[in-house]
Amino acid sequence: MKKMIITVVGKDTVGIIAKVCTYLSDNKINILDISQTIVDGWFNMMMVVDATATAKTAGDVGDDLKALGEGIGVQINCQSSEIFEQMHRI
Amino acid sequence: MISRNEVIETNKMIEHENLDVRTITMGISLLDCCDSDVNVLCANIYRKITRCAGKLVETGEAIERDFGVPIVNKRISVTPIALVGGAACRCPEDFVKIAKTLDKAAKEVGVNFLGGYSALVSKGMTKADENLILSIPEALAGTERICASVNVGSTKTGMDMDAIRLMGEVIKRTAELTKERDSIGCAKLVVLCNAPDDNPFMAGAFHGVTEADTIINVGVSGPGVVKTAVEKVRGESFEVLCETIKKTAFKITRVGQLVAQEASRRLGVPFGIIDLSLAPTPAVGDSVAEILEEIGLERVGAPGTTAALAMLNDQVKKGGVMASSYVGGLSGAFIPVSEDQGMIDAVNVGALSIEKLEAMTCVCSVGLDMIAVAGDTPAATLSGIIADEAAIGMVNQKTTAVRIIPVCGKGVGESVEFGGLLGAAPIMPVNPHSPAQFIGRKGRIPAPIHSFKN
Repeated sequence: MKKMIITVVGKDTVGIIAKVCTYLSDNKINILDISQTIVDGWFNMMMVVDATATAKTAGDVGDDLKALGEGIGVQINCQSSEIFEQMHRI
Repeated sequence: MISRNEVIETNKMIEHENLDVRTITMGISLLDCCDSDVNVLCANIYRKITRCAGKLVETGEAIERDFGVPIVNKRISVTPIALVGGAACRCPEDFVKIAKTLDKAAKEVGVNFLGGYSALVSKGMTKADENLILSIPEALAGTERICASVNVGSTKTGMDMDAIRLMGEVIKRTAELTKERDSIGCAKLVVLCNAPDDNPFMAGAFHGVTEADTIINVGVSGPGVVKTAVEKVRGESFEVLCETIKKTAFKITRVGQLVAQEASRRLGVPFGIIDLSLAPTPAVGDSVAEILEEIGLERVGAPGTTAALAMLNDQVKKGGVMASSYVGGLSGAFIPVSEDQGMIDAVNVGALSIEKLEAMTCVCSVGLDMIAVAGDTPAATLSGIIADEAAIGMVNQKTTAVRIIPVCGKGVGESVEFGGLLGAAPIMPVNPHSPAQFIGRKGRIPAPIHSFKN
């Protein structure tokens, strides 16, 4: 399984989750977990996804999501989950 | 499961605290390129480098995108050229040909620096070593991406004072040949003692003869991350401070370890070592000096600086060692002047002198690094500075180095701008009294008594 972590940070607006989820579904990326809060109008979401089935490379997915985020005024990062596991788990 | 806070912490380090992997350096052995004809040798070298490192930059960039962590430099280190060119090169000009070939290969594969234009002369020089050393000024002036280094001493062998005398002159000549660009050639030339075989950082990187054919070494960075972590424990005890630095160093090194393993897997090249150095850049917030100031010094250079640096260096090692099975290279805190905004500021306000920097090199990871001095500094004085630094390394069984730039046509009070990662440096005053008679003596300084451990 190619586990990736998507983070979305920015000013809250209508349709952030919808747009991100549509992109993921179009590209056969399965969502494993979502956690999301809004603090003082700032939208903050983390998704754990499985990108095994997608034809795109991790880098391309990251670039696509970044561009999508710019369109709705939020910052989207998409990274392989390994970097977090390595850094925070012994 | 990874928590949201952990993800945010990592991304904050990358976005706001300049966390990056400073370099993926591919070490390539050129010993199998040897030939007695210099043109054949050059063709072999070009072929081997472009074959082994052809995908290095592309792979580095792909890893960068996958993990979302910047990998600032992709570089190459090669077998010391004095060994590779020994059979083919009859004069310094022949070595310059190799330098140009290396430069061409570096450009072809897209790396920004290639290290290993080097000679290991810690006990004595062969004719080839001497020719290579004499060729350094022309080689550095005629190329863009080549870094040169000369190892002039070690704890086991003592110090080669003939080579040290020669290096004073070579540095002067290099400064002169690159005077239109503020003597930038000297920024790519380092004189070492106890040079490690697996160092991924320039300018002292070379692929030692003890290494495998090709290898991936990774240098991590992250002074900004350590500084931010230390800010949160302002006023706390040393125990808390040390624990904070250790934990942070662990996290930084784990990123390096991940990138190294991934690069090694994708390139099909064995993983060598992680160099867990705190390597500053001229960017604000990416400074080792600022960490020392955050620890509690008004300015770096104040009394207490050496102790603070010793503690920082040790904690970085202790935290980093657990994060990787193979730690090597230089591993510690770098204290270059021109590449660290905090150091530059300290020099400008008169808090930091060459003498204090020399004391700091007893406990930091390397030595006197990126220090600009007046262009009229005599060669013997430069050799004296090198000898002092090498002696510190030899006696303390650590790597030390000198990367000093006597900037042609400039004097104390002026400053010099190298640009990019090399930064800018104020010209520092040097003790005007001469060591010429000491440096003029022939031969070598014997190995210290504690090197006889057999």
